[in-house]
Amino acid sequence: MPLHTDKTFEQDLRHVRERLLAMGGKVEELIAGSMKALIDRDSALAEQIKHSDAEVNRMEVEIDEACRRILALRQPAASDLRLITTALKIVTDLERIGDLAVNISERALDLNQAAPLAHYVDLPKLAQLAQAQVKDALDAFVAADVAKAEVVLQGDDHVDVLFLKIFNELLAYMMEDSRTIRRATSLMFVAKHLERIGDHAMNLAEMVIYMVRGEDVRHPRSRELDRSNGSSG
Amino acid sequence: MIAAQPLVQPPLSNARAAPKLQVERLDVHFRARHAVKDVSLTLADRSVLAVIGPSGCGKSTFLRAINRMHDLVPGALVKGKIRIDGRDVYARDVDPVLLRRSVGMVFQRPNPFPAMTIFDNVVAGLKLNGLRGNHAELVEKSLRQAALWDEVKDRLKSSALSLSGGQQQRLCIARALAVQPQMLLMDEPASALDPIATARIEELIHELKERYTIVIVTHNMQQAARVSDRTAFFYMGELVECGPTEQIFTNPKERRTEDYVTGKFG
Repeated sequence: MPLHTDKTFEQDLRHVRERLLAMGGKVEELIAGSMKALIDRDSALAEQIKHSDAEVNRMEVEIDEACRRILALRQPAASDLRLITTALKIVTDLERIGDLAVNISERALDLNQAAPLAHYVDLPKLAQLAQAQVKDALDAFVAADVAKAEVVLQGDDHVDVLFLKIFNELLAYMMEDSRTIRRATSLMFVAKHLERIGDHAMNLAEMVIYMVRGEDVRHPRSRELDRSNGSSG
Repeated sequence: MIAAQPLVQPPLSNARAAPKLQVERLDVHFRARHAVKDVSLTLADRSVLAVIGPSGCGKSTFLRAINRMHDLVPGALVKGKIRIDGRDVYARDVDPVLLRRSVGMVFQRPNPFPAMTIFDNVVAGLKLNGLRGNHAELVEKSLRQAALWDEVKDRLKSSALSLSGGQQQRLCIARALAVQPQMLLMDEPASALDPIATARIEELIHELKERYTIVIVTHNMQQAARVSDRTAFFYMGELVECGPTEQIFTNPKERRTEDYVTGKFG
């Protein structure tokens, strides 16, 4: 692929790409760390995760600023424009994923105060799935790989199915023994946070498809509605 | 008032639906040099086509073929068809002088007649065409359409050279409009102007496309993006891609267009 004639522009774009990847790597770490803090009952680690969120926030601001600078100074077009608009969107998703990892750590801190529930049902599996979705979406971004992004979009169903299963199991716990309600509810929140992380991974994947193909695949049903209503928007 | 003399009367029905400009397999040679190669495109009535591409890509040659400016160039050979409202502009019975009145041109450097007043510049085209009269109404209308009237209405008898570069360019546009053309060709109309004068010209293009079909050649890609409905990218004499401007600048189909609009050439 040819490079930009202006080498500093090339560097600016590479910088945005690299910072996004660094941010993605960081939030993956946060998801893994928050789940480790929960399962190993490691409150010190949970505290550490809470603090690392500041770094993710800082990266978000930094990437936003780099994108704004490129928009203002370079007037990017075509694939460059799509990269920058994608970057501006996905930093928000990445930042939200970081927040959700912090929420999981907070639940872990709370749960670590009480005796553990018999087991964490399928939560570790759900965490692995959600984290893999984020990783695969970021890999699709790096490789500009539409096929891989589409796999992420399909993979969200597995996340949702597993979430529902965990939800029902935790409900059963609570019905059997009301003393588990507080802990089971906390775990339900954790499951919900992981399910949301999966949704954000899907947003990332949709933006990767836009970035590569220039085609917006979000909300296909709402656009079908628009068409059947005869609206042009 | 001067009666408009369109090259041909457009049909009354679906006049807007039929393309204003149809170019089919256009080739332009200057002796051994093949400057425009097998170019075909169409342009709807009252829309703006921007032609972009690196220096020497054939974009100005393409533009000048539309009103037969190459007729005046020794060794130039134009092949293929250019139709305006369905009529071949290179047909034998087409008078190139009448054609150029119908298809006005604005050049890179403002070129008002230096020894003439502002008023006389606007009507110069009419006088050259032997149309005499007072023309005051037409001068006002043309200057208003060129968004210059308010700035010059109190000094129509001043020399055209008393105007700024941007005003001179709008005066040249008024001069082209005074002969009531159907199309306007603009060859880098703002490249010699400062950003504010450029913005005025661009705003003017938006206003003019209510009445005229415009083809603009520009080196400034942001300008092409701002003013045009469709963009054609030329490279080494070939038309690489022609499509809706938004598509060309967000998601071009051709690799070479992508490389050009993202600045990856040479």
